[in-house]
Amino acid sequence: MDLKELVEIGEKQRNSAKKIRIHCCNAAGCISSNSSAVKDKLEIAVKEAGLQETVEVAKVGCMKFCGRGPLVQVEPAGTLYEQVKPEDAASIVAVLKGEEATAKTGNANHPFFTRQMPVVLENSGKINPEKIEEYIAAGGYQPLYRVIYEMSPNEVIDELSHSGLRGRGGAGYPTGLKWATVAKMSGEQKYVICNADEGDPGAFMDRAVLESDPHRVLEGMAIAAYAVGANSGYIYIRAEYPLAIDRLQKAIKQAKKLGILGSQIFDSPFDFKIDIRVGAGAFVCGEETALIASVEGKRGNPRPRPPYPAESGLWGCPTLINNVETFANIAPIVREGGDWYRSIGTEKSKGTKVFALTGKVKNTGLIEVPMGTTVRQIVEEMGGGVSNGGVVKAVQTGGPSGGCIPADALDTPVDYEHLRELGTIMGSGGIIVIDNNTNMVDVAKFYMEFCQQESCGKCVPCRAGTVQMYEILDKIYHKRANIADIDKLEALCHMVRDMSLCGLGQSAPNPVLSTLRYFREEYLELI
Amino acid sequence: MAVKTLKINDIYVAVEEGLTILKAAQEAGIYIPTLCHLEGVSDIGACRMCMVEVEGINKLLPACVTEVAEEMVVRTNTAKLKEYRRMNMELLFAEGNHVCSVCVVNGNCELQNLAVEVGMEHCRFSYRFPDKPVDISHPQFGIDHNRCILCTRCVRVCDEVEGAHVWDIAHRGEECKIISGLNQPWGEVDACTSCGKCVNACPTGSIFHKSTPVAVMKRDRGSLEFLSTAREKKQWTR
Repeated sequence: MDLKELVEIGEKQRNSAKKIRIHCCNAAGCISSNSSAVKDKLEIAVKEAGLQETVEVAKVGCMKFCGRGPLVQVEPAGTLYEQVKPEDAASIVAVLKGEEATAKTGNANHPFFTRQMPVVLENSGKINPEKIEEYIAAGGYQPLYRVIYEMSPNEVIDELSHSGLRGRGGAGYPTGLKWATVAKMSGEQKYVICNADEGDPGAFMDRAVLESDPHRVLEGMAIAAYAVGANSGYIYIRAEYPLAIDRLQKAIKQAKKLGILGSQIFDSPFDFKIDIRVGAGAFVCGEETALIASVEGKRGNPRPRPPYPAESGLWGCPTLINNVETFANIAPIVREGGDWYRSIGTEKSKGTKVFALTGKVKNTGLIEVPMGTTVRQIVEEMGGGVSNGGVVKAVQTGGPSGGCIPADALDTPVDYEHLRELGTIMGSGGIIVIDNNTNMVDVAKFYMEFCQQESCGKCVPCRAGTVQMYEILDKIYHKRANIADIDKLEALCHMVRDMSLCGLGQSAPNPVLSTLRYFREEYLELI
Repeated sequence: MAVKTLKINDIYVAVEEGLTILKAAQEAGIYIPTLCHLEGVSDIGACRMCMVEVEGINKLLPACVTEVAEEMVVRTNTAKLKEYRRMNMELLFAEGNHVCSVCVVNGNCELQNLAVEVGMEHCRFSYRFPDKPVDISHPQFGIDHNRCILCTRCVRVCDEVEGAHVWDIAHRGEECKIISGLNQPWGEVDACTSCGKCVNACPTGSIFHKSTPVAVMKRDRGSLEFLSTAREKKQWTR
């Protein structure tokens, strides 16, 4: 396979495309509301209308407006249909013949869509994730080819460092620096790991990326492997994402068949194979050292760092470990250049970020916005405000490791620094809108219950501390506590944060500390 | 051999490169409380009793797994650390069923001694009173999970010194439990050599010699140290 052949595959795919393409969302969200049947009915309707020559029905990845699924979009006109039922299929096809639509149409010019800036999700909802040809037709795998034949590993890392990309898993560590560290490590064997153990309640960004555009992640990993000198990679994905696993497996198989993964990629001396490891339902396995232990087949317990995985990771070898969204950003950065990526976002947080917008908000779904977009723009303009006419009380980010942003701070731009100042974190990208009917003690209690159940039990502060914090919160919530209990809770929060072994324990008190900071009166009211 | 010079509690210490803060402190005669640490087996940094403050680093570090560095300034006993250690100890006592008056190691217990050491007078947290089993299926030894603090010394000593790997951990969070074999009764585990190393390693009264009356059991810690020096330095003397 050389560049010419790659381009040819893309061209052949583009030429075979019919004039009108009906995109039918086939990601987990829409499938759960019966989009597979919608797709089948659409195909039948096209056949019955005798339009097979000009119209094709394509199952595509996530079309983002999950709350209104199943979604169908007719391209190139861009007509959007929402909450499509299988019986609407005939009507959607009839519109192509000039008839009036009876299916519910959506507004593709809603701020929910227009405020978005798709980089990671550029192919999401447009290509069939199970066809490598469609990814190639969209320009896919050309960055990998360019990297292998036109760039040295150092140039790749320089470009990435220049782009300012920071880890999308939550902590925001500069990706270029991480790659450079692994690249500089001596050692024959190195590994690249993709962390797809997305576990925060209310977060589904990585699932959408994997289900909608799996090749993009594979390409990002392959570029990473070339840059750091690895020849083997693993995708650690949670078992709760069967569709994503299935599509990844298909994607790996297709890429191997075309010589884009495996030995001698694009007939170069560069080898890179990717295997999938499926998690067994432990949230803590999203922590990198626990994840590595789990890939090795051991109990998924974290271990103290240093040594960091960059130095001693999988089977003691230097290991690069990045999150799904981080890898999904690599191909566009290589294609468009670090300068382009730098131009998006804020001073210290570059690029875009994918968020899963959920909770008490009108428009739920997946959004990708430039860093620096304010919380208000996300929640009120894109999200359309609180559902059922309520008022926004707070916005929770970062899941059980994060905290909340009170309503009066909604104009804060979303980037790593500003969120940290507010006492929360970017996290992997869950945004949960909380309305004024929700009790904040209950919110804190919910997250603490989660952490308590997900603690691995290795270190004392997290194992026993989360249990006690939950118990005190429960006592407060049921009006059985006194003022001393709040002091005790706060003291315990500080201790667990400072003494725990890994990120899970260190950040478990965050939802409590954050609600105590902004909504202390709600705690006091329950005393 | 490279040497690193550091300051622990205002005392200058020069130690071999690659040693941990805990070892450096021990060489200098400075006490740092430990619980999951056991001479002769690997350290895991799990109990968090040995946390220390290091100047210029904004988080606490476990002394047992943190290597010394040149010009490191370590504090082992600040007010914050003392408070945290006491709280950590209270969490342990609230978590299990630690009733000293009926325990085989009452008076010879590391957990008890450490509780006194860190100044724990009472427990601020509510006792969980978990329902935990006692396994006395082994002919010589027993394990009382009520007294277990999940330090995993038994797991490591059995795996790393005896090489039998009888013990392991099952479940997670507060449900964590030390198990023998494939979660079988201890007496049915063929891999167990009945060497008693786990009995000598246990910091509490959890693993015990059968038919020992209350408050009389003493553990032979020296035997484990003897084994490790014998292996590493080929010195077969105690």
